[in-house]
Amino acid sequence: MDFIGQHLLSIILFLPVLAALIVFCLPAGRVKLIRWVAFLASLIPLGVTIYLWIQFQQAESGFQFQEQAAWFPAISSTYHIGVDGLSLPMVLLTTLLVPLALLASFSITDRVKTYMILFLLLETGMLGVFVSLDLLLFFVFWEIGLVPMYFLINQWGGENRNYASLKFILYTMAGSLGLLLSIQLIGVVAGTFDLPRVMEVWNNLQGTLLGLPVATVKAVAFWAFVIAFAIKVPVWPFHTWLPDAHTEAPTPGSMILAGVLLKLGAYGFLRLVLPLFPQEAHKYAGGLVFLAVMAIIFGAFAAFGQRDFKKLVAYSSVNHMGFVVLGIAVAAAAAGTQHATLALNGAVLQMFNHGLSAAGMFFLVGVLYERAHTRNLDDFGGLFALMPVYGGLLIFISMASLGLPGLNGFVSEFLVVRGAWPVFTAATALSMLGLLFTGAYILIGLRKVLHGPLNTRWVDHLKEINLRELAVIIPLVGLILLTGIWPAWILGMINQAVTLLF
Amino acid sequence: MQLPFLSIIIFSPILAGVLIFLLPGRLTRLIKSLALAATGVSLALSLVVYFGYDTTAGGYQFLEKIAWLPSLGINYLVGVDGISAPMVLLTGLVASTGVMISWGVSERPKEFFGFLLILAGSVFGVFASMDLFMLFFFFEIAVFPKFLMITIWGWPKTRVYGAMKLTLYLFIGSVIALIGALAIYTGSGLHTFDLNLLQTANFSFEFQRLWFPFVFLGFAILAGIFPFHSWAPDGHVAAPTAISMLLAGVEMKVGAFAALRVGILLLPDGAKYWSWLIIILGVINVVYGAVIALIQSDFKYVIGFSSVSHMGLVLLGFASLNANGLTGAGMQMFSHGVMTAMFFAIVGMVYDRTHTRELSKLGGMMKIMPFAGVGFIIAGLVSMGMPGFSGFAAEFPIFMGLWQKSPVAAIVAVLGVIVTAAYILRVVGQVFFGAVPAEFEKGLPGISVLDKISIAILAVFMVGIGIFPSLLSSLVGSSVQQALAVLGGV
Repeated sequence: MDFIGQHLLSIILFLPVLAALIVFCLPAGRVKLIRWVAFLASLIPLGVTIYLWIQFQQAESGFQFQEQAAWFPAISSTYHIGVDGLSLPMVLLTTLLVPLALLASFSITDRVKTYMILFLLLETGMLGVFVSLDLLLFFVFWEIGLVPMYFLINQWGGENRNYASLKFILYTMAGSLGLLLSIQLIGVVAGTFDLPRVMEVWNNLQGTLLGLPVATVKAVAFWAFVIAFAIKVPVWPFHTWLPDAHTEAPTPGSMILAGVLLKLGAYGFLRLVLPLFPQEAHKYAGGLVFLAVMAIIFGAFAAFGQRDFKKLVAYSSVNHMGFVVLGIAVAAAAAGTQHATLALNGAVLQMFNHGLSAAGMFFLVGVLYERAHTRNLDDFGGLFALMPVYGGLLIFISMASLGLPGLNGFVSEFLVVRGAWPVFTAATALSMLGLLFTGAYILIGLRKVLHGPLNTRWVDHLKEINLRELAVIIPLVGLILLTGIWPAWILGMINQAVTLLF
Repeated sequence: MQLPFLSIIIFSPILAGVLIFLLPGRLTRLIKSLALAATGVSLALSLVVYFGYDTTAGGYQFLEKIAWLPSLGINYLVGVDGISAPMVLLTGLVASTGVMISWGVSERPKEFFGFLLILAGSVFGVFASMDLFMLFFFFEIAVFPKFLMITIWGWPKTRVYGAMKLTLYLFIGSVIALIGALAIYTGSGLHTFDLNLLQTANFSFEFQRLWFPFVFLGFAILAGIFPFHSWAPDGHVAAPTAISMLLAGVEMKVGAFAALRVGILLLPDGAKYWSWLIIILGVINVVYGAVIALIQSDFKYVIGFSSVSHMGLVLLGFASLNANGLTGAGMQMFSHGVMTAMFFAIVGMVYDRTHTRELSKLGGMMKIMPFAGVGFIIAGLVSMGMPGFSGFAAEFPIFMGLWQKSPVAAIVAVLGVIVTAAYILRVVGQVFFGAVPAEFEKGLPGISVLDKISIAILAVFMVGIGIFPSLLSSLVGSSVQQALAVLGGV
């Protein structure tokens, strides 16, 4: 028992790999068995995460449930993992969304075994990023998640999947090259990859490095980090891979892509960029704000102009993640102030919230697509009459996405804007324009799908949402409502980490 | 008394090869079994050596010494250190899997397996030699079987050209290296070929500066250094599958290994003086090799040029002359060897069934041979330097070493990584996914059990070292520390 108690985080991290191995050993023909094994196995990390959540000591500072073991001594990198109030909500988001996505995957019939294996491996890759306390380990998990996602899009995606998957992986890998080089440089300079120790050494560097002033080297490394993470978030103008990847990915893939993978980039900003480059972040905060506002406005505009329902949701991700970046920029510009704390609380909560609502939206789009085999908004109309339960759920999730008070999106966006207002007044005001269009595109989407005259070709063709699909969406609805009404359940943890870190 | 592990590893394939030549050719089953048994023994013992190597003691272990030509100071002197032990294991892996995937060779199997075994034995000999003369001896034994095997069993269209080109390049390289080696022998005044003794010779700086390019470049030609790399893709493509595996997987490492052992460790000041040149050539290898691989239309040429690109990283690790770079180079030699053997094995399996290597004519092989497809993807991920696979564990320290030596080179060379990702994804997409071309739709045979075993063995090492890099880095690192003492702690 003691061994298990001390390695709970490792269990969360590697249980999906174990489950993937078990699925690997099952006969490929037993599709039902494979689905249930994968789904049930993915519930265990969720259970353990909830246990960790309860056990987490909010009064204590620093990382908890830490584990450290020798891993790659030749370059002094260790297997060092742990969580704090920043990463635990992300771990919860991941372990929550993966079972739901697996449940949503029950409609996949092609090569189920390989699909489930890839999905479980993807979970380990994502979790690893959130729990790593070693730069090299962070990078390992950062990159390794690309592989299963690439194949999920490439093999189970839509018509244009080859182009989309290649764009996805090459964009992200190219963006990571600078990150890779910078991590190597940090490792060489610091003599270790252990994050807590790197922070000390790296932040106290003086004089020259590689014949250049330390400030110059740090500025270059800062941008290398920023570009890698900005592509993942994605921040305008690095976002172009996202609509392609989303449109082609299978529905559960989109849920995870929007729900978790985009958070990896934002998490990278919070965990690495702000702590490792405080001066640079402060200096270039204006640039970040510009990118954030652009993402908010252009994301909303682009979503506004879409005819494809899934693309609309994809661009809305760019729009919503813009608020996360805005919060991060505020923290960079005004570190240590109350505004920064507010904005960061909002940013982290927005990461969690967008994870819930984006996964929900993509799922509901997928439900419709599975029945209608089209995503063109102009083809629908009046579907509320045919699928009232589905319609109600779609309205609910859309409202969360729109930022309706009482639901989760309102809380986080309000916090970000409240924190940003005194620091970047003009930019925040401008981003409100984006918020306006967010309302517009969501309402247009709803109107075209659910309301208006009924498109008669769908009569007798569209079935109401079924029980399994309800089981996917209800937990999301519940959490959205809970966070909207009583955000304290998660904000307490986030706030503790944010106040300590920044 | 300890068993003479290394001698058994070296001579079990050689003796089996000679024995096969004495057997009547119609006993093909016996011949194949004998070949598999001999390489299997070598593989098993090389595992013993690998895991028996004491990393805390370091230095050369499993030593054996027999006076051979005492008047000239030549001894049969074998032993392994942390850099050569993985190379011996690599040779065991590639030789035994090479025999397994050649099971279907129907043309003159007796000569095929006979030569294959002699080739494998000679490579074992190079890696285990601690005597400069012995090293050359084993080095040259390999030339003859290579040439014959490419011309007889190679790809009919280019086998004569490929074999000639390869042999001439390697011959010229070894002659240049030999000149340097003789200069070292006479210049040391020690009357010995013992590499460890030669390390203590204290050559003057002028001497080292003059002779280092001979020794290093001579051997590096065999490692595919730019601009002397073109034999590698031509030779690899022309050769039959098992020989491609051995050539790219092991023979290129022979060149790199000898360049390190004879060039850098005997003439360290020369290495320091010339390291800028190696870095420039190495960077060209990495980036140029990858770009050329990207534009190939022939499946096998893609892999051939990928070897050029990856061997550039080994050279860069050497040239960094520090702990990280050398450790990474040692790991990369092993990782690349296993990876490229897997690549060539699978290219061979695809070709044997489709009789084409044109990328545009292939497709959908994942449906016909899923096991090979997964194997190829794993090797591809190693090649891309994907974390969690052995390639990353090797490349990362190389780049760290390069940062300390030449940051610009690190930044330029990393471009090779993204080009590599592009060409790997391209071939994976064209060969293994998509629709099966109409001409193959009526069904191609799947791969055999022995093929699957080979793929599984190689994959285990690529993934195992990727997840637990210290399995390899602890050995390599222990000897790198001693090498650094020679280099005067750069």
